[in-house]
This record gives sequence, C-alpha cells and structure tokens, in this order.
Amino acid sequence: MTLWAAILATALGCYLLKLAGMTAPRRLLEAPAVRRFAVIAPVALLAALIAVQGFAEGQQLVLDVPRTAGLGAAVVALLLRAPFLVVLVAAAVTTAALRAAGVG
Amino acid sequence: MGVAVGLSGLAFGAAAATAGLTAVQASALSLLAFTGASQFALVGVVAAGGGMVAGVVGALLLGVRNTFYGLYLARVLGWHGARTPLLAQGVIDETTAMVQAQSGRRSARAAFVTTFAAIYLTWNATTVIGVLATERVGDPEGWGLDAVGPAVFLALLWPRLRAGAAERRVALLGAALALAATPFLPPGVPILIAAAAVLAAGGSRPEHVATPQAADDPAARREEEGR
Repeated sequence: MTLWAAILATALGCYLLKLAGMTAPRRLLEAPAVRRFAVIAPVALLAALIAVQGFAEGQQLVLDVPRTAGLGAAVVALLLRAPFLVVLVAAAVTTAALRAAGVG
Repeated sequence: MGVAVGLSGLAFGAAAATAGLTAVQASALSLLAFTGASQFALVGVVAAGGGMVAGVVGALLLGVRNTFYGLYLARVLGWHGARTPLLAQGVIDETTAMVQAQSGRRSARAAFVTTFAAIYLTWNATTVIGVLATERVGDPEGWGLDAVGPAVFLALLWPRLRAGAAERRVALLGAALALAATPFLPPGVPILIAAAAVLAAGGSRPEHVATPQAADDPAARREEEGR
C-alpha cells in the first residue's frame, strides 16, 4: 500500500465511521438501550479524553505537577462559576507560573 | 478551544512533515479525515517506519469513537436527509463537547455548526502552516497551554457532571479505565475502553441519567414525565 493509498483509505474510513453513527436507523436510535448509551457515552469518552490529556503522554502515565495544578485551578474556577475564558486563563497561568518557578 | 485546536494543527503539520509527508498529503488528511487522533496515528506509524496497513487500522480504530459521538449527535441534533452526509464530517471531540454543553435542540444545532466551521478552518490552516514552517513555534508548555486542552473539555463537560450522580460515576469510571489502560494499549485506544464504563454503569438505574434535550423534545418530555 502506498502512502497516498493509506491517506485516502484513512480519510474514507474515518468519514464512514462518522456517517455510520449519524445515520443509524431511527428504530435503532429509539431503542432504550441505545438511547441511554448514546446520551451518556460522551460523558465517559470526554472524561477519558480529559484524563489522558492531563495525565498521560503516549503510553506513559505522567504526573506533571504544573499541568495538574492548572487543571486544579480550572476546577476551582468552575466551582466558583467563573466564565469560560477565565477558567482557561486560570489553567494556563497556573501551569505557566509553576513551570517558570521551576516546579515539576 | 481555537487556540488548542490551532496548536494541535501546527503540531500535526510538523509531525506530518517530519514523517515525510508533503504539504498536499498532510492537507489531504486534515481536509478529508478531519479527526486529529486518527491523523496523528497514521503519521506516527509512518514516521516510525511501520506498515501502511497497521497505520490505517490504528487510525480507524481511533475513529470509532466518532461513531459513538455520531449516535449521540444524531439523537440530539435530529437532522435527517440530505444535510446529514455533509454534517457527518464534523463529528469529532470538539463539536460533541460543545453540543453536550447546550440545553435545547436549537442551541445544540447552532453550536455544532459554528464549532464545525471554526475548527475546520483553524485545523486546516494550521496544518498547512505547520508543514511549511516545521520549526517549533515558541514553547507551548512554557505558556501553560498544555493544560488548556483538557481544561476546555472539562469546562464543557462540567454542566453534565453537575447534572447528576450517575453522570459523575460514569465520568470517574471512564477516566479511571482510560488511565489504567494507557500503559498497555496504543494511544487513543484507552479512550474507547472508557466506553465500556458506560455499559457497566448504565446497567444500574438508567432512569436517573438526565437527558438534556427533554425540555426541547415533546416525545422525550412525555417519557420523562411518565417515569
């Protein structure tokens, strides 16, 4: 398989996977088990994504103190009902500050 | 979110260039596949000298989570007919995250379309820039930007977490499963494992799972009230 073939196969395959989810038959979507799963699946998947982005690099688990503190700052900001942008800035600033201070 | 996606796009462009892809090849992936994890997977395998078939299989495996997202989005967005194949291209982490933070079908649809458009532009533009530049553009970690990605998804997930204990349980279980699986599986696959958390937790008291669209969808509301 050439590189171009791999690129096109990946592109087509990924698109079909997205389409499959979006065009699942109405009756399948209405089935109670599918409905429950579909509603809660993003919660599990996004939580997993957050965990992996925050605490893993490749196949290694890492506890990067500045980054973890940054996420902690985000949690505090969310608990305090801060606006979206404030949450992100809190995360970035906390992480950058700790890194600059030589932590982690 | 734009910043996180932009940086990711730059990183992808750089990774693709390092793996030997031309700007056209990298752009083809970003335009046609448009799903970061899968694109990084393919390029990573190529860079490591692995077989093309393995690269494609890995990329598609990571693409399966978009199918799960698609099932969710089909329900919530409720589009049918000719638009669907076009909109399906936008089924990715970011659009799903934005949609599930909305309460109501209209705002969910608006969120999907605007996020899709914005990210499509950003991702593709930065891919090209990343390939052409191929030198590091500053130091993202020095700016604390590596915390911004997960922080964005956390902020979008937050309303669901506040909604109920079932959601929090599923989130914790999903996160724990993904981390536990990380050392043993290729990158991205642990996130799919987290979907199994749904099956485990979903078997108990599903009626307590809040459906954010109930207010907007008469059939769903009748059902909620009927419980």
